[in-house]
Amino acid sequence: MTSKQKFLYFIYLHRTGLTVTGLSLALLLLPLFEDNPYTLGLTNLIAINAIVVLGLNLFIGYAGQISLGHAAFFGLGAYGSAIATVTYEIPPWPAMILVAAIVALVALLVGIPILRLSGHYLAMATLGLNFVVHTILLQWDDVTGGPSGFSGIPYLSFGNFEFDDEVRLHYLLWGVTLLSLLLCLNLVRSGVGRGLSALAGDEIAAAALGVNTRNAKIKIFVLSAVLASLAGSLFAHCYSFVSPDSFTIFTSTDMVIMVVIGGMGSIWGSLFGAALITLLPEWLDLFETYKDFIHGGILVLVLMFLPQGLVTGLVESIKIKLALRRRKNAST
Amino acid sequence: MTDFLQYLFSGLTSGAIYALIALGFCVVNNTMGIVNFVQVDFVSLGGMIMFSALFAMGLPMLPGLLLAISGVAIVAMVVERFGLRPARSDNHLVLIFLTVGLSIILRGLIKLIWGKNRMALPPLTPDVPIKIFGASILPQALWIIFLTIVAITLLTWFFYRTPLGLSMRAVASNPTAAAVVGIPAGRIRLTSYAIAGALGGLAGVLVTPITTLNYDVGVLLGLKGFAAAILGGFGSFPGAILGGVGLGLLESLSAGYLSSAYKDVVAFVVLLLVLFVRPKGLLGK
Repeated sequence: MTSKQKFLYFIYLHRTGLTVTGLSLALLLLPLFEDNPYTLGLTNLIAINAIVVLGLNLFIGYAGQISLGHAAFFGLGAYGSAIATVTYEIPPWPAMILVAAIVALVALLVGIPILRLSGHYLAMATLGLNFVVHTILLQWDDVTGGPSGFSGIPYLSFGNFEFDDEVRLHYLLWGVTLLSLLLCLNLVRSGVGRGLSALAGDEIAAAALGVNTRNAKIKIFVLSAVLASLAGSLFAHCYSFVSPDSFTIFTSTDMVIMVVIGGMGSIWGSLFGAALITLLPEWLDLFETYKDFIHGGILVLVLMFLPQGLVTGLVESIKIKLALRRRKNAST
Repeated sequence: MTDFLQYLFSGLTSGAIYALIALGFCVVNNTMGIVNFVQVDFVSLGGMIMFSALFAMGLPMLPGLLLAISGVAIVAMVVERFGLRPARSDNHLVLIFLTVGLSIILRGLIKLIWGKNRMALPPLTPDVPIKIFGASILPQALWIIFLTIVAITLLTWFFYRTPLGLSMRAVASNPTAAAVVGIPAGRIRLTSYAIAGALGGLAGVLVTPITTLNYDVGVLLGLKGFAAAILGGFGSFPGAILGGVGLGLLESLSAGYLSSAYKDVVAFVVLLLVLFVRPKGLLGK
């Protein structure tokens, strides 16, 4: 092997680790070049959405199930943190963990009976859950503040170091996002993750190979709910204000759109999908009027022509083109 | 007693609407094996077309009703032919997400054409309440129950007496065997969408004089219809009717005796409980 080949092989072998390192470096240095609080606010929102989408993508892409209610877990996390820290004066970090544990319990209660079934009952149950959560957030105004929202949520802090401006939040949020990304990347390469991929391909075949399909689905559902809850807590502490409007079933469908555009089952695609859908309103002036067309249209077009997702689909079609051309050249 | 009768009638009325929508979900699920989220917008669209037929075209009630139902059925066929079929996918995940996307687009289209304002649709016959044992019933409620029974009778006749209906039942019971004996899959899917659209449109026309007409009025109604379908056992027609009526009664009784603020929540909480105890629904196999 020549040294060039060795070098290329090294890069190929460590492609995931190198990409993660590259991304971390880029994120670490970003605030040095970009100190506009508005732009950083946007990238922070991408980070929060990315955490939810990573979890949801594990569930949709690897467990092959549909959840149209992740905004419920997101909202429970946000309101849970808000109520725990303001009303009950629990310190933010333990509150976040406590809320995540409660959300995990809710997900378990919803997931256990429904994931026993084949078919798409879970789509309904999660939609229903989202609806119930949203209505409670709106109606129970003694506790949640009702339609006008809940304000005065404290910032997160380490000792005296408060995460109160965009740059500090940038490091906090992207730090958590990178940790979730690492967790997901490692999870799908572990035995559990391989079992899940098998499950997404064919449930009966996976069960025949010894994958405990029901448990696997429930575990991944709970994990994705916990990630959504953590993202919700971060959301609440980041904006110090939450309102029920952020957690409707339409938020859930937006998250599904992020998953589909990034590619179902593609971990890196989740980051891309979250970024694209979060940034879209910034790029298009007419966005508000035609929001439904743009979101729906993107979803339909991607599903029709690139069901593996925008990035994976394009990369694969280019690979196929190149391979075909190579074969043609070889034959002539 | 009078209160109870009043709640009973209002429950039956909304139950009939849920049953119509639930039947629409079941028809598509039986032939294609997917949840058709566009059903939600068929309901709003039915009301909207009725509104235009009455006020923009000046049609009388009956032609307006027929126009609304057939209009939604045609839109549903267009959705299937140009929205779902080009995907040529067997992956249910892809197809279901496609219906979510198409539903978002259709809702945008309705918003663009008819605007975001709330509108009022007149009832089929003038609003003079009828007294039965002290409970007052709007004629519209009687129309809803009557037309739902008519629709169910027509559907039963269609599925048991016509060649197309029989072949749809064949596809529902075994798609592969149906394809082997030469039943055209495309036509079956198109018909199932037309039926789903007609049922959704009918529900929309009937319910919007009672609620109000709005571009997303169908979302909540449609979700409850879906809940009714699952409650009864997804795919079972008697189950859909039972689930719809059960859900309607439950909702009006809980609104009457417990609290009306959480009326919409009751439906979904009961649904979750039923799925917990009997995961296949009341009449599911």
